[in-house]
Amino acid sequence: MTETTDELPIESHGIEVRDVNKDFGDFQALRDVNLIVPDGSMTALLGPSGSGKSTLLRTIAGLEVPTSGQVFIGGEDQARKPVRTRNVGFVFQHYAAFKHMTVFDNIAFGLKVRKKNRSEIEERVNELIDLVQLTGLAKRYPSQLSGGQRQRMALARALAVEPSVLLLDEPFGALDAKVRKDLRTWLRRLHDEVHVTTIFVTHDQEEAMDIAEQIVVMNGGRIEQTGSATDLYDQPANEFVMGFVGEVNSLGGRLVRPHDTEILPVRSPDSVEVEIDRVVRLGFSGRVEMLTVPDKQEVWAQLTRSELETLNLESGSTAYVRPRPDALTRKDTGALDGTFREVSPDIHRPTYAGPELPV
Amino acid sequence: MAVSRPRAGLRLPGAEAAMTKGLVVTYLSLIVLIPLAAIAAKAFSAGPAEFWDTITQPQAIAALKLTAICSLIVVLINAVMGTLIAWVLVRDDFPGKAIVNSVIDLPFALPTIVASLTLLTLYGNDSFLGIHAAYTRFAVIIALLFVTLPFVVRAVQPLLLSLDRDMESAAESLGAGKVRIFTRIILPNLLPGIAAGVALAFARALGEFGALVLISGNVPYKTEVASVFIRGQIESDQVVGAAAVSVVLLVFSMCMLAFVNLIQKWGLRHDR
Amino acid sequence: MTGNGRLSRYGLRFVALSYLSALLLLPIGVALVKTFDQGVGEVITQITKPDAIHALKMSLLTVIIAVPLNTVFGIAAAHVVVRTDFRFKWAINALIDMPFAVSPVVIGLALILVYGTGGWFGADLAAMGIQVIFSTPGIVMAVIFVSLPFVAREVIPVMQEIGTDQETAAETLGAGPWQTFRRITLPAIRWGVTYGIVLTTARALGEFGAVTVVSGNISGETQTLPLYVSQQFETFNSVGAYSASLVLAILALGTLLSMNLLRRREETND
Repeated sequence: MTETTDELPIESHGIEVRDVNKDFGDFQALRDVNLIVPDGSMTALLGPSGSGKSTLLRTIAGLEVPTSGQVFIGGEDQARKPVRTRNVGFVFQHYAAFKHMTVFDNIAFGLKVRKKNRSEIEERVNELIDLVQLTGLAKRYPSQLSGGQRQRMALARALAVEPSVLLLDEPFGALDAKVRKDLRTWLRRLHDEVHVTTIFVTHDQEEAMDIAEQIVVMNGGRIEQTGSATDLYDQPANEFVMGFVGEVNSLGGRLVRPHDTEILPVRSPDSVEVEIDRVVRLGFSGRVEMLTVPDKQEVWAQLTRSELETLNLESGSTAYVRPRPDALTRKDTGALDGTFREVSPDIHRPTYAGPELPV
Repeated sequence: MAVSRPRAGLRLPGAEAAMTKGLVVTYLSLIVLIPLAAIAAKAFSAGPAEFWDTITQPQAIAALKLTAICSLIVVLINAVMGTLIAWVLVRDDFPGKAIVNSVIDLPFALPTIVASLTLLTLYGNDSFLGIHAAYTRFAVIIALLFVTLPFVVRAVQPLLLSLDRDMESAAESLGAGKVRIFTRIILPNLLPGIAAGVALAFARALGEFGALVLISGNVPYKTEVASVFIRGQIESDQVVGAAAVSVVLLVFSMCMLAFVNLIQKWGLRHDR
Repeated sequence: MTGNGRLSRYGLRFVALSYLSALLLLPIGVALVKTFDQGVGEVITQITKPDAIHALKMSLLTVIIAVPLNTVFGIAAAHVVVRTDFRFKWAINALIDMPFAVSPVVIGLALILVYGTGGWFGADLAAMGIQVIFSTPGIVMAVIFVSLPFVAREVIPVMQEIGTDQETAAETLGAGPWQTFRRITLPAIRWGVTYGIVLTTARALGEFGAVTVVSGNISGETQTLPLYVSQQFETFNSVGAYSASLVLAILALGTLLSMNLLRRREETND
């Protein structure tokens, strides 16, 4: 689904990644990755752990050097330039707060590196502190802030240097659900204000669909599909995208969405026999949980209230399910089964095996 | 039956707790507290004026001064080299690194007299290197460097290991160069370890005896450090003089220990 | 990595390894060569001399007495420091650390002033027929003093780490204090204790300064192995000194090895 178009003038793209491969020893973290991120857009890299999304982000930032390929930022191939000179803002999952510096000094760091004068730094930092709603906390140390506050500080620190692109590596991954949701909305609004080309990594499809204009689904070091939330949901390129973006049932070798799953009281030629396990009424709609007969695969269907009332299902009874006539289906080759396992090679951490100070 | 207990609970109830505490206090008193008190008492047995005269006699002053200056030089070298070695052990990778890492502890394991004899072989007068350092202040410094080597290394290593590498990446993405990343990001986070290691090394250097006894030559006014001076005073039955200089050393060392404790609290202030 | 980065990396590695070689490895290597200057036979002759054997026995005796005492004390002290709270706990904590900071010679002097002939308890002890200074008890006390903190300092952080939940759980299940200690606490701190014991042993074996002051250094009687080394050297029998040093160095190496093995064990257990 990705396109490499040499004809397009590079200047019109915020970021372009061409034919990038990255190996860590025998492990291929990125394979033939091509991606265009339009100027000023917000793009999500979505995928399970180990899919290469963080490596791609770090490669764009310059924290990893690709084994082969090019990374254009602002029309210039920067793949082999150090992160220092790329003018990217990077936000880490665990904040990477400079814990020995105050909020003010954290945000001012990049400006001091650029040798801005004092009054300019002060003005800009105070502006950013207000922007990320940390007003009054300038003299605090990171240890005195909540997780959400620390991440907003990290964001302000990245924005302070007016980066040409903003890269966020699972920025809300370490936060609890409520804070996560608030920050997500807040980030979307911030992006509408600042308009900097933004890429963020997430494994949460809801998060990606909520705030990104373009979603890049990754798996096993490859890009599976690039598109809007609607594209991915309605026209998944393959079974992986279908399974990863939205819920699926496996019915007789076909993947089908729960809302496209039809329940019939009597057998029909293409139906699968199920035993009703549980009927959950959720206000206007309802969910029917079933087990296929005889191999006891979990299957569920999303129905409207009237459909539920018409069918009048009871747990324990037998029914038949099939995809609705107009349903979107993909062939189930079993490729999804192992996908959601945690495979996260911790490449960036050193190990230590030695004695400590014996006092 | 529900029994409510205070959360930070005193684990041993009643009798056992008292017994354990009693045992600990008695042991500490007999071995540490009473003997050290005896030194203070002896030092001031002839009054504060006499104490002052004793510690300000030229040979004592010379010994104390030499001890302080050599210790200072030694811990400064340790601060730099210890941090550097810790850095290489944590961030670098080369064949034999594990062996080098365990060798660091050698000065803790090797008896000081063996260290002294060993250093004398290489840096002594019949050294094959032609270095005639024995009985010089250089020899004193070498011997002190040997025995204090592990302190800074072992204090910095764990800090370096637990340092969040993303901090460095973040600084780099903000445009910082290698030097600035080291001085502004890494060093401030290692400082508590360096300081604690330096203080422990300083305390050790101030009191060192065994490693110096063969190699320093113990020449008064030249290579005689405080501990050797004290031993000389004991052997010539100048017990009050020995006690007086001991008190000076003790005060220094206790300050170092207090400093280490403060550093450890201070070092944790940004952690959570 | 850029060429510049590689250069600085090799540079740092070179500086670190050179420093360690000049300070540790080279002297030890040269001393080893020197030890075997006159052949292995001479070394064996030297270390099997009666005085040398006696000194080794004396050293081992002090270890056998000092290490168990300090181990029991260390565990008890850790218990008091971690699991109890009272006004003068800071003083206990400070006293435990004192031996790290006090010069060995000062330790020796301190013991003389209390337990020597003219000392605070000296006369009373003499009346009971106990001679401490210039005798074995003095040496043992000196060794106990210098090696006192190790077990406590190793066990305290471990005890803090494990917290009180397991102990409380054992108590709610009806275990008494001794049972709780033996079945819950001790297994949890065992690696800390073992590591502490190794360090205590190393220090006790090697102690020179404090022992030299309290022992009287009478060869064949109150002489430990480190004292023997120094005496041999001062009487110009350098082969004797080197040979005895070799024995001490081998013991130290054993200590170092067990320190490393224990660390690794502890890490894999975590």
